[in-house]
Amino acid sequence: MTKEQKIMLGHGSGGKLSHELISSLFLRHFQHPALTAMTDSAVLNLPEAQLAFTTDSYVVDPLFFPGGNIGRIAVAGTVNDLAVSGAKPMFISAAFIIEEGFPIATLEQIVTEMANEARHAGVSIVTGDTKVVGTGKCDKVFINTAGLGFFHVEFPPFPGQESVKPGDVILISGTIGDHGMAVLSARNELPVQSGLESDCACLNELILEVRKASSRIKFMRDATRGGLGTILAELCEKSKFGIEIQHETIPVRESVRGMCELLGFDPLYVANEGKVVIVAESSDAQRILLALQNHPLGKDAAIIGKVVEQHPGFCWLKTEYGSSRIVDMLAGEQLPRIC
Amino acid sequence: MQYIDEFRDREKIISLVNRIRFESRKPMRIMEVCGGHTMAIHRFGIPSLLPGHIQLISGPGCPVCVTDRRFIDHAIAFSRQPDVIITTYGDLIKVPGSSSSLEREKAARADIRIVYSILDALTIAKKNRRKKIVFLGIGFETTAPGTAAGIIKAQMAGLFNFYVLSAHKVMPPAMSAIIQQGVPINGYLGPGHVSTITGSAMYEFIPDKYNMGVVISGFEPLDILQSIYMLVRQHEANQPKVEIQYSRVVRPEGNSQALELMNEVFELRDDWWRGLGVLPQSGLAIQQKYADFDAEKQFNIEIEPTREDKACICGDVLKGIASPADCRLFGKACTPTDPVGACMVSNEGACAAFFRYRKTAAE
Repeated sequence: MTKEQKIMLGHGSGGKLSHELISSLFLRHFQHPALTAMTDSAVLNLPEAQLAFTTDSYVVDPLFFPGGNIGRIAVAGTVNDLAVSGAKPMFISAAFIIEEGFPIATLEQIVTEMANEARHAGVSIVTGDTKVVGTGKCDKVFINTAGLGFFHVEFPPFPGQESVKPGDVILISGTIGDHGMAVLSARNELPVQSGLESDCACLNELILEVRKASSRIKFMRDATRGGLGTILAELCEKSKFGIEIQHETIPVRESVRGMCELLGFDPLYVANEGKVVIVAESSDAQRILLALQNHPLGKDAAIIGKVVEQHPGFCWLKTEYGSSRIVDMLAGEQLPRIC
Repeated sequence: MQYIDEFRDREKIISLVNRIRFESRKPMRIMEVCGGHTMAIHRFGIPSLLPGHIQLISGPGCPVCVTDRRFIDHAIAFSRQPDVIITTYGDLIKVPGSSSSLEREKAARADIRIVYSILDALTIAKKNRRKKIVFLGIGFETTAPGTAAGIIKAQMAGLFNFYVLSAHKVMPPAMSAIIQQGVPINGYLGPGHVSTITGSAMYEFIPDKYNMGVVISGFEPLDILQSIYMLVRQHEANQPKVEIQYSRVVRPEGNSQALELMNEVFELRDDWWRGLGVLPQSGLAIQQKYADFDAEKQFNIEIEPTREDKACICGDVLKGIASPADCRLFGKACTPTDPVGACMVSNEGACAAFFRYRKTAAE
């Protein structure tokens, strides 16, 4: 395929053009026997085990931003959803909805990024789909990925939210808000040069290291849209416990803080694409922190709070000067303020 | 972060809190009339630092909240016209009109764009000469000079496809109305951004006429606490006056250039405020000489009859005589995701702040 080629409606027709696109682009990058067999479903050989299964769709504007792109997020997001449930991510599907006229060269860039990210995370892309829609019917390209993971006998699923008790500690694997602010500054709507990069990354390796360090992890979640604040509010909602976090312990980059101040955003509600929230028994807090900090993706990790008996159902933020306030879920999108 | 961390210094905050606690004897109700203050007070948890007898109440400081529902209906009617692009600050997009909102119209394919400044709206007008670009001008003295500058720029650039729908208002008439309507307060936390433009002299009538203090405050925890401390001292000594705490930004004479721009483009008119009713000479209309840019004058379209939800007590909340928690709709029929009243919509609205930061009586 030449550089100037564009996606046409025919590429989604199921006919010759579709086949060409599939074999010359997708199969070439996502090589795997289960995929190249070109059957209706991938036939997979799995060890006898408990499975984890997830799916997510990715729509990002712009498609490429500092520190990442839609392809990397599409793989990393699904890998992370599997990894935080405690599973080892293994297989991924990739379905593309492409706008007519989209340059095939750009599509190839995205596909290459996906292939690299998958290889890096040790997962295989084994099935997929392509649809092409008319101009204006979708914004350039949307990607859906589904993921299948399995649980190793040594590493069963995490006990989950029900097992969380007062006294447990809460950790975050690094600085918050990097992704949301990197994407916002890449949108060219703001005359701001932040030098910020998205934290977009597959966390399965980091999470495995943490699991090796401690068997007393109760709950994990990747803090994506809605940010850390929404995860914490969700965690204690309808629970018999409350959460207390300490403001000054939450890692936030200066540039993220600065942009948030400028726009009136709260970093607690800004999106991440490579951060995990961990709840664990307090006896293992330091071991987990050390395991996180020893990995490049967890070097800024911190213990940020604890599960408490007080104010059940609510997360409270304590400031360094003794005031406190509730951390609630984000309603809708954060919008810049008037004054 | 420089210029921010200094104003969140732990030791200074604690010592200031201790001084307030030590010197304050008389009960006090302090009203803030700037949405930025409302947000900052809740975000930094200021009420949890104060003694029980000092109460902070939110006044009509959020421009979105005090604006007539008819303004939104007006904007919605424009957005339904062919070849119209609505440009607006983000806060307005979710505000409910009588039967729709800009957010819903956007989903129904109206061309509505969020801008960070009127200059972005002018750029859109330049790039879309065949379309009509309507900028929703909202806010107090803080944003009005920007709108005025935008209109003048549009005229200089010959952008006659650019229009402004003005809901701009000025602050002093509202501060006066609050007192006259009998809202029990003992002092104002003066609006920092508004005063940057206007200066401090326009508040002198408040101590003179109503024997009540005004301290113009910044937006960081130390600013707010220091302003409260200044108001406490005035109140204890019974010496109300206008003081500027936010002196690193606010000058007594204000920003004369911005004021000139405002006077060049706008003129005062009677205007309707949610909760306060019609206040004389409190709104900013575009002067006849700039009528080419006045959406109200240039578009002749029908606007649906205005409907308000009767159970909504936004009006009383804005006056500070009811707390958001007093509202039957609060947290049930009216939430930030599905707001009934404007106070729940804006980030700066009292109900939104209350919902987000103090949802229950858990305090």
